[in-house]
Amino acid sequence: MTGTPLIEPNSGFKFDNVKRNQLLNDKGFMVPTATKTGTTIVGLLYKDGVVLGADTRATSGTIVADKNCRKIHYMAPNMYCCGAGTAADTDFTTEMISSQLALHSLNTGREARVVTAMTMLKQYLFRYQGHIGAALILGGYDVTGPHLFTIYPHGSTDKLPYVTMGSGSLAAMSVFESQWRPGLSRDEAVEMVKDAIESGIFNDLGSGSNVDVCVITKGDVEYIRGYSQPNQRVAKEQSYRFPAGTTEFIAPKTRTPAEEATAMDVSA
Amino acid sequence: MAVKFDGGVVVAADSRTSTGAYVANRVTDKLTKVNDRIYCCRSGSAADTQAVADIVSYHMDLYSSQHGERPTVKVAASLFQEICYQNKDNLSASIIVAGWDEQKGGSVFEIPRGGSLHQQEFAVGGSGSTYIYGFCDKTFRPGMNREECIEFVKNAVGLAITRDGHSGGVIRVAVITKDGVDREIVYGNALPPQYTG
Repeated sequence: MTGTPLIEPNSGFKFDNVKRNQLLNDKGFMVPTATKTGTTIVGLLYKDGVVLGADTRATSGTIVADKNCRKIHYMAPNMYCCGAGTAADTDFTTEMISSQLALHSLNTGREARVVTAMTMLKQYLFRYQGHIGAALILGGYDVTGPHLFTIYPHGSTDKLPYVTMGSGSLAAMSVFESQWRPGLSRDEAVEMVKDAIESGIFNDLGSGSNVDVCVITKGDVEYIRGYSQPNQRVAKEQSYRFPAGTTEFIAPKTRTPAEEATAMDVSA
Repeated sequence: MAVKFDGGVVVAADSRTSTGAYVANRVTDKLTKVNDRIYCCRSGSAADTQAVADIVSYHMDLYSSQHGERPTVKVAASLFQEICYQNKDNLSASIIVAGWDEQKGGSVFEIPRGGSLHQQEFAVGGSGSTYIYGFCDKTFRPGMNREECIEFVKNAVGLAITRDGHSGGVIRVAVITKDGVDREIVYGNALPPQYTG
């Protein structure tokens, strides 16, 4: 036969379909958009640790795909990571590094450090040159204290006392820039995070629904799902049920689910 | 930018990282330690320069372990050059390497985008550097002392920040000598005098 390999290499991205996709695009067949989290995520250092916050809307183009998704991902018992960008990328990247961290922790016999997770994430994302659309806020408390990092899809990182990412980041950052100060108390910090996320929820179309909060302190994590729920559906103004008998019928016929399952439709 | 003086070097940078028109980090530290007496000034892509600096930093550690002494600034610059040149198609990184070593005292090396290596008395880089070439060429004299060098970089970076939209924040300064590294921050309200209209 020809010299083609029997087993195709499995690793990395394959760009074989780029030309085909371009031709299809020209003919009018568009690629469906990946689910993006179009998000507001924030992180904030306070007196005793780190507070992470996130909204809960996942969008697919202009449609809301999930009204209550989780954007704060578990990394280690002392570390959580908020993710913005492509939902699949943030989910898989954080899960992958979380599993590597667990193995690392067992190998070293120590609790994982936040810088370790940060380095694993940045080196992974840099390798994929920005094609993995994961913009992350990593926060945790380890032996060296509380730490907060942002990690961008291309692999650059920043170490800061307060951070925001996602489409609602500008709205959230305006809240932090006007209110943050060092040495906040726990309640002040959580309220500020809630205010920042709500600013994103109400001013950014890509963010919405509820506020999730995660407070990480020395030796303790409090994950509050739905800390604030400012978008509850209102009670319907009236009952829209039609009274029995609205629809006229000639003769009733009922079939049980068992009969449905075995019935065969025979068309003439 | 970086300036050499007798006894060491002074490195300085602004603190702005932007994504398009948004300032992602207004207090960035662009003066990155590569070893206890060698720093690099990063400009270009944040992801690329952080990755390259991490790799060189690793090699510095390895060199120290293997040779039992600190590598010279020239060795560090050479490592930067190797990475930047061999990967020139995939990197957007313009780096200034400066530090102190036992052999030569202070040294400054510039590695622009193509991956060439240039040893100089002083070097400027980044988007704001274009606005201060004239000021630097006119003000710099070989044989300036430590204090004069510090004044020089504060003035130069301050002027670049004023004129360049992609530069801003605070001025970070580090002085590297045989005794160690002294770091300083100059805030906007303490800039050296400039005509601002």
